[in-house]
Amino acid sequence: MREIFYGEAINEAMREEMRHDPRVFLMGEDVAHGYGGGIFGISRGLLQEFGEELVVETPICESTIAGAAVGAAVVGMRPIAEIMFADFITLASDHIVNSAAKMQYSYQGEIPLPVVFRIPFGAGRGAGAHYSQSLEAWVMHVPGLKVVMPSTPYDAKGLLKSSIRDENPVVFFEHKFLYRSLKGRVPEEEYTLPLGLADVKRRGRDLTIIATGMMVQRSLLAAETLSKEGIEAEVLDPRTLLPLDKETLVESVKKTGKALIIHEACLTGGPGGEIAALLADEAFEHLEAPIKRIGAPFVPIPASPILETAYLPQPEKIVKEARELVYWK
Amino acid sequence: MELSHDELLKLYRWMVLDRRYEEEQREWVSGGILQTGFYHYSVGQEATNAGPLFCLRPDDLLMPTHRGYGKMWMKGIPLKLITAGMMCKKTGFGKGRSGVTHTGDLRYGFLARPGILGAAIPLAVGAALGLKMQKKDHIVMCFFGDGVANLGDTHEGMNLAAAFKLPIVFVCENNFYAVSTPSSKAMAIQDISQRAAGYGFPGATFDGNDILAVVEASREAVKLAREGKGPSLIKCQTYRWYGHSSGDPEGYRNAKEVEAWKKRCPLKRFEKKLEEMGLITEEMTRRIIAEADLEIDESFAHAKSCPNPDVEDMFLGVYTQ
Repeated sequence: MREIFYGEAINEAMREEMRHDPRVFLMGEDVAHGYGGGIFGISRGLLQEFGEELVVETPICESTIAGAAVGAAVVGMRPIAEIMFADFITLASDHIVNSAAKMQYSYQGEIPLPVVFRIPFGAGRGAGAHYSQSLEAWVMHVPGLKVVMPSTPYDAKGLLKSSIRDENPVVFFEHKFLYRSLKGRVPEEEYTLPLGLADVKRRGRDLTIIATGMMVQRSLLAAETLSKEGIEAEVLDPRTLLPLDKETLVESVKKTGKALIIHEACLTGGPGGEIAALLADEAFEHLEAPIKRIGAPFVPIPASPILETAYLPQPEKIVKEARELVYWK
Repeated sequence: MELSHDELLKLYRWMVLDRRYEEEQREWVSGGILQTGFYHYSVGQEATNAGPLFCLRPDDLLMPTHRGYGKMWMKGIPLKLITAGMMCKKTGFGKGRSGVTHTGDLRYGFLARPGILGAAIPLAVGAALGLKMQKKDHIVMCFFGDGVANLGDTHEGMNLAAAFKLPIVFVCENNFYAVSTPSSKAMAIQDISQRAAGYGFPGATFDGNDILAVVEASREAVKLAREGKGPSLIKCQTYRWYGHSSGDPEGYRNAKEVEAWKKRCPLKRFEKKLEEMGLITEEMTRRIIAEADLEIDESFAHAKSCPNPDVEDMFLGVYTQ
């Protein structure tokens, strides 16, 4: 099977869905011309194929990008709104939280609200405190939204296609470090992946590692190291944080008796807290050790590559925590 | 501007019903019959409710504000449904879930209004973008007040509407106060319609208590939007007779000012004009008022007979499966 980059997979998903349904369009800052198509080049070539009518380059106005996307969805379009950096959802959040999430309730469930907010997030590119955050926990708290965070090119393509076809607002977090650093197998033929289904990235019996975004690859690296020591970690990626595939997570932890949760967002108030509480509620009697979480420290994201590396959870840390869990007494 | 006798009488009936309904609603609130949320009366602003709405086609879309319940039935939503919605009934507008002021229904071309008033502007602009992309010839009419004129969303949305030449009409109902803050303290310009020039579309101010002036301005703006000539802004200067919402102690304005504006009552002015034209008589006026009151009473009786929502209803309509 061919291998393509994570960013290319996202580009293909948009291209296929725009071919598939003329109501699908992309809007956002610099999405037509900037850097070949979007600030990270993710919409490259879409302008040439679909024209300015469907690749709508907007002024700099995150709130209105999000709000207008919702308005267009109300009248029957299927917008994909790109918010250039996750950090900028502060400006778009009124329309994500108060417009998109409540719109179907406001229309008595009589209209769907098919809008996707594509949001590049995450650290690893030395972009510092204002361009690197992982803010998924903010939107996980909002009824009416779906929240997706793919970790591989295969998942990114299949989940984005499903998000575009979904009748509900989806906040789609794309890790910007993975865009051009992670290659993976993606079939040529069309496929979609269901929202709300976790994926077992690696089978194991000794502990369950639940990881999201860029932390999935790091967890898999850690699992290889652990395997050499005779520890077989099961690595799960929820892929969709809202709705969360509780069943797959709980079943795995019931089997291994140990849970280690890893995300890039800072630990305090991060998505790991919600997952840990779920496991405590539903797998308590199977737990052989405390539920452990690894996340970023409670500081703004530092710019220096040395500091950023120290800030982000590294495979060595995952190995260390996993080992402690497995040998817990 | 030529309006037929029937059209003039329709406008008059609308304004009478609007006035009677909101005055009656005040009674329901003070009598403890309406107890949920807040009620924002537009008594004194009947011309800015009726005039712009009069110029829309049924398939045009309306983005209202929190004030002006009349805009709902003027857009075709049955009054019975609205009154039942006010009482948060299961079969009322909003079904007891989304609240009568935050419910939308595309069958009536009625867009759902968000909680942050100015946030309505990007939503309405997005709807206009969607209509344009679908090459439809219906338009969006988006109301806003002097208060939200200063919100970021207002600027962003109007700028986008101008840049994309979208089929939308912005109607500013300037009643001088954003809750309690006078517009003279909130902006250095005298006239919000001046802003239109900054976005690059036409804008002008009209006497919002003169129904015929409002209709004329609205017709022109709707025509521009429908012909693909882009947005325009009509500012209607008017005044709300009562507080911002039910329970407003109104310490920010004096009785003299309120009385002066009551003398400029849009309904009385129109009535006088129609009398001069020989279109209505005192007897006709009495009959029109009686008809309005009957419709209101019927809607009230109906609403009282409607069932309350079931507890499980709160889970409906959050997601589309």
